[in-house]
Amino acid sequence: MGLFDRYAGLLEAYRDVRTTGYDPFQIRMERVLSPTEAIINGRKMLLVGTNNYFGLTFDPSCMEAAIEAIRAEGTGTTGSRIANGSYTEHVALEQEIAEFYGKKHCMVFTTGYQANLGLISTLAGEGDQLLIDADSHASIYDACKMTQAEVVRFKHNDPSSLEARLRRLGDRPGNRVVVLEGIYSMLGDSAPLREFIDVCKKYGAYVIVDEAHSLGALGDNGRGLCESTGVIDDCHFIVGTFSKTLGAIGGYCVSDEPDFDILRVTVRSYMFTASLPPSIVASVRQALKVVKAKPELRTQLWSNVATLYEGLAAKGFKLGPEHGPVVGVHLPDRMTAIGFWRAMLDAGIYVNVAVPPATPNGVSLLRCSVCAVHTKEQLEHMIEVMTGIGRQLGVLDDRTLRVVGGAR
Amino acid sequence: MKHGVTICHFTRNRCFWHKVTAHPRALESVLRTAHQMIVETDGMTDTLERARVSGQSRGEVIREICRHLAPFQTGERPITGGTVIAKDLTIDSLAIMDMVMELEDHFDISIPMNVVAEIHTVDQLADTIQKLCARR
Ligand SMILES: Cc1ncc(COP(=O)(O)O)c(C=O)c1O
Repeated sequence: MGLFDRYAGLLEAYRDVRTTGYDPFQIRMERVLSPTEAIINGRKMLLVGTNNYFGLTFDPSCMEAAIEAIRAEGTGTTGSRIANGSYTEHVALEQEIAEFYGKKHCMVFTTGYQANLGLISTLAGEGDQLLIDADSHASIYDACKMTQAEVVRFKHNDPSSLEARLRRLGDRPGNRVVVLEGIYSMLGDSAPLREFIDVCKKYGAYVIVDEAHSLGALGDNGRGLCESTGVIDDCHFIVGTFSKTLGAIGGYCVSDEPDFDILRVTVRSYMFTASLPPSIVASVRQALKVVKAKPELRTQLWSNVATLYEGLAAKGFKLGPEHGPVVGVHLPDRMTAIGFWRAMLDAGIYVNVAVPPATPNGVSLLRCSVCAVHTKEQLEHMIEVMTGIGRQLGVLDDRTLRVVGGAR
Repeated sequence: MKHGVTICHFTRNRCFWHKVTAHPRALESVLRTAHQMIVETDGMTDTLERARVSGQSRGEVIREICRHLAPFQTGERPITGGTVIAKDLTIDSLAIMDMVMELEDHFDISIPMNVVAEIHTVDQLADTIQKLCARR
């Protein structure tokens, strides 16, 4: 068997994807103009697939902070925190994030993926039981491959399914570690966190919540779902990323666990990779200040979400179950999703296409992510374009058009 | 004391009837290992009851697995104990994990992901389920 033979099925699927003439996995942004516009294939495109929820990638104060940091401390750290030392700013960033959550400790990682990978696989060790939501992000699944713990999946967003699995463990020894996400990245739905926490408390389980898509978006201070559902104190570990709302790159974990700092010499994805460069640390620190100072960005984000979600629902599109900064549009199959995506690109709008096996339950989706700085006109234009394509591809018919708002 | 059971043994399109008379312990192992259903018994013993309730009969387990796998069957080839789930059927790895979740709830057991990774055939999946049911 050749090295690549095992990917025969995937190669075939990938070939299908490319039949439209564009490869969604190798889109080139020739020039990014702003959080909502870029030149792709020589044309100005509206970007609705960037995870740039607050549009902070071009925030002048964040950009200035990054530039200043480069002038002061250079372009990179050229080593890991453990082997090569921390910069004062790494430590300051950790303190600021810990304060933001009102937690005692914070550890910053080079990406959110590495934060999940390292933390989850280290926290749950031999003899422990790790329980994860079926729709967990790849970083959580990959942690499951690395952990020595026993891993069991429960049904997506279903506290009773988690409870059944905790109950079945009975009085077996070992820590129970439950991993949840604030907002799920494909359909934009959020976890019933309070109900999950109740179950975890009942069975004495530790809780890790990944707020990757909810940082900034949820909670009166933008701390995420743990804040909006009032359970920050009940979450043993909160993980997140700097690569979405904060417009840069990096990951973090906050916690009140007294011995938290031992993770700095046990989590391999922290120890054996280079630390964040000064420019990133500086822009993230500034972005966190912007999140605190400008709650109107959150209001604007949700108002844009409502415009897009309700607009598409009214046209008869089948969407994710609730409003969220990610709006997932269900399409009947992989080829329709890819055709739809390509037609959107031709019409000057960039969104993401998500097809099995990267999606839950084998669904095919157009994944749109909303930005606080999208204008109402941009989103209304998008709804119009999608309606046209939807009719052309037979995804919307006259019958569904009459069922105003009946999209579930 | 010996007990007798009549067993209907399905193989492909044929079905065989056995009358088995043995000690309860031996009967239990017959029930656990064959792809079949008990049809009648001459007086239930505790052992048989345990095989039926805490342990699941092999037939029941196989039938439940096949119910989930049927939509992924290819052509005329029947699903048997030797069917390699990920290879002989059109089911992808995510759908296998989702099926496992359904089986877990049906039998009220949990099958850890690392155990699932070692399972290739329908028989191996049934073995695992029976083993976990017996341990409940
Ligand atoms: C839920 C979730 N967790 C973690 C990550 C990883 O974040 P990062 O981009 O910082 O590696 C992502 C982003 O893809 C995500 O969606």
